[in-house]
Amino acid sequence: MSEKNDDLKKVVNQALAEQKVPHVKLDKMKPSTVDIDKLTKPSKETHQEYWGKGLTFLAIILIILLVVSIIGFVGEHGLATFFSDHVNIIHFLTSTNWDPTQGENHVGALAMIVTSFLVTLISALIAAPFAIAVALFMTEYSSKRSAKFLQSVTELLVGIPSVVYGFLGLTIIVPTIRNVFGGTGFGILAATLVLFVMVLPTITSLTVDALKAVPTELRNSSAALGATRWQTIYHVILRASTSRILTAIIFGMARAFGEALAVQMVIGNAVLMPYNLVSPSATLTSQLTSQMGNTVMGTLPNNALWSLALLLLLMSLLFNFLVHLIGKKGKK
Amino acid sequence: MDDLKKEPTYIKTFSSDELALSTKNLSVLYGGTIQKLFNVSLGFKKNAITALIGASGSGKSTFLRSLNRMNDKVATVKGNIIFHGLDVNKPNINVYELRKNIGMVFQKPNPFPKSIRENITYTLKADGQKDKQKLDQIVEESLRAAALWDEVKDKLDKSALALSGGQQQRLCIARAIALKPEILLLDEPASALDPVSTAKLEDTLKQLRSRYTMVMVTHNMQQASRISEYTAFFHLGHVLEYDVTSNVFTNPKGRITEKYIQGSFG
Repeated sequence: MSEKNDDLKKVVNQALAEQKVPHVKLDKMKPSTVDIDKLTKPSKETHQEYWGKGLTFLAIILIILLVVSIIGFVGEHGLATFFSDHVNIIHFLTSTNWDPTQGENHVGALAMIVTSFLVTLISALIAAPFAIAVALFMTEYSSKRSAKFLQSVTELLVGIPSVVYGFLGLTIIVPTIRNVFGGTGFGILAATLVLFVMVLPTITSLTVDALKAVPTELRNSSAALGATRWQTIYHVILRASTSRILTAIIFGMARAFGEALAVQMVIGNAVLMPYNLVSPSATLTSQLTSQMGNTVMGTLPNNALWSLALLLLLMSLLFNFLVHLIGKKGKK
Repeated sequence: MDDLKKEPTYIKTFSSDELALSTKNLSVLYGGTIQKLFNVSLGFKKNAITALIGASGSGKSTFLRSLNRMNDKVATVKGNIIFHGLDVNKPNINVYELRKNIGMVFQKPNPFPKSIRENITYTLKADGQKDKQKLDQIVEESLRAAALWDEVKDKLDKSALALSGGQQQRLCIARAIALKPEILLLDEPASALDPVSTAKLEDTLKQLRSRYTMVMVTHNMQQASRISEYTAFFHLGHVLEYDVTSNVFTNPKGRITEKYIQGSFG
């Protein structure tokens, strides 16, 4: 008898060791006794809270430091042009005479400012309608599966490095323009076409997000009033998402304004006021990338480039400000 | 299911000149296989409010949405929907015109992000109505009919989103009746509203019932008994009982209906 009992014990122990049998003794659930002491003392959780708060706070401090020092550095060098090299700021903004090696009377950035704005505005103006149409197709008309496919295509386009776009522009667009319009083929038109392809996916994916944010109930209730799909899109959906679509376009413009490499490869890099769309020209960014290796730190030509960088920084601040402004208006 | 077969059912019928809308053997399938509605045949009397009651998932909202073809791309709807002698559940029906005759108001108040005026004129304008005087007239008429005119007449060009939930829902009714439909489908129109707004909405519906045929889905049985003349009880995709509201509530024929009305489930 006792041998059998031992046997059974062995079997059970073996099974427990191999975890074949759950060795948890089940009790009826009931409230545990309250430990009054614990209620007034810090525990592991409260320490975790401190740590979590502290870590995120540190990260924030780091970012703020970074931003402040970037603005400070760019500002210091950018403003040196005006304060220590005595370039007139009005002259800088209104003259097209750009040859900083010749002294302070030859630091006029107007040609680059105008070119930068032209390529940005034209590419955004062409890209926006296309992007909105593509986004509308993806959210309102296509099936879920093809929308997913299109979405991954646009994401792929966003991810292609800008040098690839520039290279494509250089080998395809520039020769084509040369053949059609004559001249060198470099210029605003080539830059605009390259930027159009680059900002299209940006504006498209942000517009898709904007359209997806429109509640389905609005589509349904418009349909229930006998409106067609197109009437619903035109009068309700676009209306409801106007501010977010504008934001998408501004993000696209910010990308176009800040794009350096691809533009530098196709714009011709001659600091001249563009007199037509196919004359070689230069943007703020393209001038920065093409000239930064040719100047000595601390000299006027170098400081003049920093002034261009400062201008770009201010523009991106302006774009950000616009986005916030539109977002606020959209909420009203 | 076997329980349902043994359950006594009662479906009231109307003579054809009393009918505004009727269905014959209406079945709804989702994804081709999941059946949510089984051969429902109901007739709705002209200028009366009919309440559709039943537990969640009983198919009453599915049924309602089928009536003006809002289920077109969502589900397969089989059977006939007879409107003015015409089967409107056929592919050759112009759904846009149909929905102008059979309007719908949804559960959540959902005005368009436009002004109050534009909420009402939007579909009229899209339809080609350009006469400003005529549009103004329709705006006032429909807002008055929805008992909202006095509250909003001074702010017609303000955003409709600034209105309270109850006012928004009455605006949704106003913009539906601006198209002069014969029938209004109401999908739990008061479920997102507080009691005071609900009372106002119910008053509005009562005022409208002499001119419109209304079919209303509701979870609120007091509401059904307060404002509807007829009540249909849905259970698991079948209609078990359809009669004068007072009969359904005081003298239900079936056991399941009785249990639901007493609040034993649902």
